[in-house]
This record gives sequence, C-alpha cells and structure tokens, in this order.
Amino acid sequence: MDILSLFVVVPVLTVLVLVFAKNLKQARVISLIGMTIQFAMSINLIFAYIKERTVNTDIMVFTKDALWFENFNIHYSIGVDAISVLMIALTSTVILAGIFISWKVDDLAKEFFVSLIILASGVFGFFISIDLFTLFVFYEIAVIPMYLLIGIWGSGPKENSAMKLTLMLMGASAVLSVGILGIYFNSNADGGALTFNILEIAKVHIPVAAQNLFFPFVFIGFAVIGALFPFHTWSPSGHASAPTAVSMLHAGVLMKLGGYGIFRIAMYLLPLGAINWTDFFLVLAGFGVIYGAFGAVMQKDLKYVNAYASVSHLSLVLFALLMLNKTAWTGAIIQSLSHGLLTALFFALIGMVYGRTHTREIEKLGGLMKILPFIGAIYVITGLAYLGLPGFSGFVAEMNIFVGAFQHPDMFHRIITIVVISSIVVTAVYILRMVGKIMMGPLSNTEYAKLPKATWYEKAGLILLMIPVIIIGVMPFGLSEMIKASIQPFLERLL
Amino acid sequence: MNLESLLLMRSEIGLIIIILLLIIFEIFSNKKQKAAIIPFALILLAINTIIGFFPLQTGEIFGGMFRTNTLLHFFKTTLSLGVLILLLQSADWLKEKVVAENKATEFIILILSSLLGANFMISSGDFLMFYIGLELTTLPVAALVAYEASKRKSAEGAVKYILSSALASGTALFGISLLYATTGTLYFDTMATVLTSSHLAILGFIFFFSGLAFKISLVPFHFWTADVYEGAPINVASYLSVISKGAAVVILMILLFTVFKPLMPAWTKVIYIVTIATMFTGNLFALRQQNMKRFLAYSSIAQAGFILLGLLSVDQLGTATVIYFVAIYIFSNLGAFGVVQAISSATNKENMDDYEGLYRTNPKLSLVMMLALFSLAGIPPLAGFFGKFFLYAAAASKGYWVMVFIAVVNATISLYYYLLVIRAMFLRKGENPIPYFKSGNYMRLGLLIAVIGILVIGLYSPIYEYIYSFSNVFFN
Repeated sequence: MDILSLFVVVPVLTVLVLVFAKNLKQARVISLIGMTIQFAMSINLIFAYIKERTVNTDIMVFTKDALWFENFNIHYSIGVDAISVLMIALTSTVILAGIFISWKVDDLAKEFFVSLIILASGVFGFFISIDLFTLFVFYEIAVIPMYLLIGIWGSGPKENSAMKLTLMLMGASAVLSVGILGIYFNSNADGGALTFNILEIAKVHIPVAAQNLFFPFVFIGFAVIGALFPFHTWSPSGHASAPTAVSMLHAGVLMKLGGYGIFRIAMYLLPLGAINWTDFFLVLAGFGVIYGAFGAVMQKDLKYVNAYASVSHLSLVLFALLMLNKTAWTGAIIQSLSHGLLTALFFALIGMVYGRTHTREIEKLGGLMKILPFIGAIYVITGLAYLGLPGFSGFVAEMNIFVGAFQHPDMFHRIITIVVISSIVVTAVYILRMVGKIMMGPLSNTEYAKLPKATWYEKAGLILLMIPVIIIGVMPFGLSEMIKASIQPFLERLL
Repeated sequence: MNLESLLLMRSEIGLIIIILLLIIFEIFSNKKQKAAIIPFALILLAINTIIGFFPLQTGEIFGGMFRTNTLLHFFKTTLSLGVLILLLQSADWLKEKVVAENKATEFIILILSSLLGANFMISSGDFLMFYIGLELTTLPVAALVAYEASKRKSAEGAVKYILSSALASGTALFGISLLYATTGTLYFDTMATVLTSSHLAILGFIFFFSGLAFKISLVPFHFWTADVYEGAPINVASYLSVISKGAAVVILMILLFTVFKPLMPAWTKVIYIVTIATMFTGNLFALRQQNMKRFLAYSSIAQAGFILLGLLSVDQLGTATVIYFVAIYIFSNLGAFGVVQAISSATNKENMDDYEGLYRTNPKLSLVMMLALFSLAGIPPLAGFFGKFFLYAAAASKGYWVMVFIAVVNATISLYYYLLVIRAMFLRKGENPIPYFKSGNYMRLGLLIAVIGILVIGLYSPIYEYIYSFSNVFFN
C-alpha cells in the first residue's frame, strides 16, 4: 500500500471497525485510534515530502496510477505537492481535535463517528487525487454526510439548515460536474486522447472560447463551498445548527475544498479563462470580505459571529487566488491553513462555552476568564491570532495576501485592495468586542461561578490546534518556501 | 432451420418451460402443497437467470423475426435477475396474503408471462413481433394491477392502466401502419435502408413514439403512472417502474439507433423536448408526494428523463451508458420498492410521515432505503452516480451542453425529495414510529442482492467495460 492511499484506507477501515462498536466508549476509542494513526501519518508525510523533494522535482510526488474506467480514460490517480500535503496535515489535525471535542456525544454515538469519518475520508481522497473524476467522487463523498451530521445531531432549526446546506453544496457540485465534463471533452485539443488527469490536461492548450465558457462553471462550483458572495447563505445557518465537531470540520476543512479546487482545477487547467474572469469574481470576493466582516459585527450569537467571520476570511482566500500572482497565492494557501485552524479553535471554544452555560448569546455571557482560565486564555489568543496579530498564523497570511494584491499597479486592483484591507479594522471590532464581553468584565450570571473547568480531552483538542498556529506564526519562511516551490507550475500556466 | 438454432431463444424457452411447470404444479398440488409454489418458482427462475449469464451466439431465426446478440442477451438476463429480486421481495407477501386466496401461482405466472413478453419485444426483428411482445408485456400486468380486487383503488388503477395502454398500443400500431405504408416492409433491417424522412414517415414515427412513450411514462404521456402505481400492489408497481419500463426504454433506444436513424434530425428534437419536460415534470410533482408509491412513481418518471439523455448521443457510448444506467436503475429502484413493500406488508403503512423515526427502530431497512435513494439521486460511491455521470458525458460528447446543464439542475431538485425521505427516517424521531419487525428471509435476500448491485455495479468498472465492449452491435 502506498503512502497516500493509506489516507483513504485508514478512515475506511476505521468506519468498518466502528460498525461493530457496541457503545459510546468503544466508538470513540476506535475513532480516536484511527484518527491518531491518520494524524501520525500526516506528520510523517510532511517529512517524507520534504525529503522526497530534495531528489524529485516533478510537479507531483508519490504518484500512483491505476486504470479505472478504461473507455472514459478514468484513472485512480494520486499524488501530492506541498499544498496538498499541508491541507492533509490540516485535515488530520482538525479531525483528531474534532474527535476529542465530541467525546460526549450521547445520541447515536456510533453513527456520529461513522458519518464524521466518512466525511474525512472524502476530504483526504480529494486532496490526494490528481484525476478530475476521482477528485469529484471524493468531493461529493465529503459533502453528503453533512446532511445527517447537522440534521441528526444539530441544534435549532437543524432540518432546514441541513437541507439548505446540502442542496446548495450539491447543486454547486452539479454545476461543477458540467465544468469537469467541459474540461474533459476539450482535453484532446492538441490531438491526444481525452483524459481526466490534471497533469496531462495542464499540458494541453484548451481553446480560449472553451476556457471562458467553462471557467465560471468550475469556479462557481467550488466557490459555493468556499462561501463566495452571494452563494454563502448556507454557511451561517449551517454552522449555527451544526454540532461543535461538525462546525469545526466544516469551516476548518470542508470549506477549504473550495479554494483548493479553484486553485488546482480552475486556475491551473483554465488559466486563460481565469485571466478573463478575474475582474468579475474579484468584485464578488471583495464584497464578500467586507460583507462578512460587517455581518459578523451585527451578530448576537457566537456561532453566527464566527460563521460570518468565516465568510469574510474565506472570501479573502478567493480574493487572493484571483490576484493571480505568487505572493498573493502563497498568502491564500497560508490563509486557508491558518483560518482552518483558528476557526476550528473558535468553534471548539464556542462549543465548550455553550456546553457549560447553555447560551451562545454574547449579551448573556461575561467574565468567564475568571471561572474558566484555560478556555479563556485560549479564547483570547485565538481572537488575537484571528485578527492578524504578528506572531500568529493569521498575520503571515494576510500580510502575503495584501502585499501580493498591491503588486497590481492598475486603479481597479488598487481600489478594491484598499477597500478589502479596511476589513481588518472591522475584524478587530467584532473580535475584540466579542472576546472582551464574554471573557473580561464582571461575571454576568452568578451561577456561572460553579462551571466545571476544562476536561483533559477538551484541553487535548485545543492544544492540538494551537500548536500549528504558533508554529506558522513564528517561522513562516520554511512554510512559504515550501509553498512557493509548488506554486511555480501554476504561475507558468499564466504566461 | 435446424433445431439447434432454437437455442438462440434459450431464455424465452426457459421461461415458457417454467410457466408450463408452474401450471402443472398448480393442477396436481393439493391445498397444503400450494405454498411450495414459491420456492419452486424462485429456484426455477434462478436457474434460468444463471444459465442466462453464459454467453450466447448472435443470430436470427424465423426469417429474421427474432434476433439476438450479446447486448440483447445481457439485457434480458438483467431483466430476469430483476424479476428474480422482485419475486424474492414479494415472496413473503405471497405466502401470507395470496396463497390463502389460492392465487399465488397466477401471480407468478402472470409476472413471468410479462417478462417473456418483454424478452420477445427486445429481441424482435420486425414490427409484428415487436407488437406481440409489447402486448404480452402489458396485458398480464393489467391483471396484476387489479390483483387486490377487493380494494377500490386497485380496480380503479387497473381500469386506468388497461384503457391507457390499449390507447397507447393502438397509437403505436397506427404509427407502424403508416411506416409500413411508406416503406412497404415491417422488418427493421429493411426498413432502415429504405426509410426516408418524408412527412408520412415522420408522422408514423411520432405516433409510434407516442405509443411507446406511454409505456415508459414519458411526459406528456405519464398521467396514468401515479394513479396506477398507487392502486396496484407494491410489487406490481415495482414491476411496472423497473422491468416494463426498462425493457421499453431499451427497445426504444434500439429502434431509434437503427430503424429510425434516417429520421435522426427529427427525432433528436422530439427527444430533446420530451427529456426536458419529463425531467422537470417528474421532479416537480415528486416534491409534494406523501404516499411512497406515488412518490416513487414520479421519481421514476424523472429517472426516465435522465435515461433519454443517453439517447441523444447516437453511438456506442450512448448505447452502453443507457444499458448501464437501466441496469443500475433496476437495482436501485428495486431496493427502494423492496423497503416500501417490507414496511407495507408488516404494518400497512405507505406514507412518508409513517417513516418518521424508522432508523431508530429498524436501522437495517432504513440503511437499505438510504442507499437506494442515494443511488437514485446519484451520490457517489453508489452506482447511480456513475450511471448519471456517464449519461451526462454521453450527452456532452455530442455537444448538448444546455441539456447537460438542465439535467444537473434536475439532479439537484431530485436530491431534495430523496432527502425528504431520509429526513423522515433519520432526522425525525416520530411520535409513534413503526415498531421493530423482522422481515422474512426471502425479503432479506431480495434486498441484499439489490444492495450488492447498488454498491458493486458502479465501483467495479469491468461491468461497465463489459457492457461497452458489445454495445457497438448496432453500429457496424
């Protein structure tokens, strides 16, 4: 078994073993073991990748290829570059933390972990695929369990939120399938055979007309899950209704599939289409950044604040991708990682606060720092990292994005960049207000004085997510070097 | 003609023998032995199905009235397997309700006769044989729809079915006579060479197509579907939506690709419009159904619309994809109908509301239903996803991009109503959910085969490649 396929095989095996679990205790132990192995493998993969890179200069390494459907030329084809390696590491971190946070699922525990891990296996498969068809299969496998996860274990208007989320995301993936077929049927433009292989298609000169036609299909297909305005409406209600671990995984990982897919497929395979369409989508993405930030300011519910903040930050990823240069792209990828960790932290913390106080309304909370010092401290650190304080991952990401955005000298880009940068201020407003209100000041309710402290599994989940935030923050250069090397082939496509 | 060439009709002769054996059994068995008819029939049909999987050579007999080749043979075997699953799913119902009334043998014989008709229809080499096959497929089903004669709805459904299918057959026959008037022949092969796109020929085609469209319940010829399905016993509704529809779609495809090839510019327009109308109508009407049979009726109308997508690409790819999708559709729909049947025969409940909280009491049935519905909705890694994606690819390969886009929009709409059932079963707890019940062994086996089909046909690519390898028979 090769090093990459294991990332799909281990979750699938975990699910198969989980089916035989008899109670909550067994279910979570099995999930924990499976996902710990997954986490260890992903750490191993980072080092293996760095080692492999010194001798191997291919675009993708650790490649494997097996024929699947012969007459469509569909392959099970896998390989990774630095971007996918980092995304895999992010996913395995968040899923492991998610298992810790869901330690006390009481209703249908086994089914919960099964759905969660099926979702994870889809995400891992997505990141290792370099065949469009296989990638699309994994993408849909990653999306559909959300319906059950939100619908069964969620809270509030969960049925509607789950339905809205699933339909919007699956509708987008239906649009995406048109785009993928469009690329496929143009992949013989230079006379070769039709192919789904990303690396093969990148060598083909797809006609400009086809690129212009199919770019929006692929872009929108992925951008809906990346919360592009005006297709972001599933996100706030979905995140608010979802159980904690699902919000973490969804905002932390699943929404990154959008940015990754746009980068890997829309930008890489349809570069001319990208150049022609950027201005239009830049306006949408830029508006999304501002809209999300102001939306977050207006919210009273903690989860809604974070959901709108996610819309804002992920629109920033799309914004950076549409800048089409090296610095901005590096920023987009670091932003994906950073946001994935931070938003997972936030949702975990909100879940912990809610689990103790049974409210998520900012107005009703206050002074929790004194009662819950560990959770409070992590909350403050996460907030500061989120608004881009130097020393944490958020700063590195935003710095790269805005420097990259400013490399465009024309008026249109300048104006939109300046408008988008102003969102930093708005971010500071809602983060500081939220953290200040719920953590500092006097205790809002005397009953809160008896709240239990953080348990070991909560601490484990939080620390697991916090470590990489700090690592990225204090030594960003190794990371950005690694990313930049992998971005090079994408840049060459734009020339 | 030597006797050996009759072997080309192997599966038909097998069915005839089974039917005769069943009649003999019925005559010579006493009242206590009647129940043994079920395993007896199942074993015989299983043997015939297994024999069907052995390859058969290509050829024609009766002066070209009956022809067979690998594709036809494969499809007939698939239908036979479908009927086997269907009978497995009906076995417990037959045993409990029908054997007592002494009508079980008739039920099985009628189903097998209809299957025999479907086989002859698919294998026909001229329009006469085709018409006989069509009638043989239809008439036994009319009796089956009325099987629960004491129920008012059953009788109403049967009357609707017999009237509309008589009208449809008449229309098709009128179309055939017009075609005969323009070409002077009834043989498919000869007609394909002399048919020109004259006005009369196109008129004939339209009448013929309308008649066949009734059987597939394409819009606007679908009005009978929901009422008949609702009135009929569930397994008969299942038969109508799976076997009879599947057979009609395949023969329609074969005729369009061979006989009517000269009329292609005309019929692609017809198919284009009918496909869009069928998908939208089926999907939009399915959204608000509460009765599971009506729900599956509209869902199967919408699925028929998807199948037509494959007809737009007149080549090997289209043929293979349609056959592949119909095979997947048979398994998926049988899974869904099987669960409805199991629940209905245990509790007499057929409404979506009654399914609330089903997962907590009957997890296995709910999972089967979920797999079947997700397969129908086209969610990977289930077979339905591959079928649908390849159908899109078949339409896209000929540049029908607008059509593909409309189809994916419809796939999303269909996901909504499939999720409604999932919502009832999994998300809701229900005030008084259906209590746990144990379904019979036949039913379990029937559902198990359907689930295996749903899981394997998609992921295991050699099946598609096998179908593709012989799909060029009509394009020499």
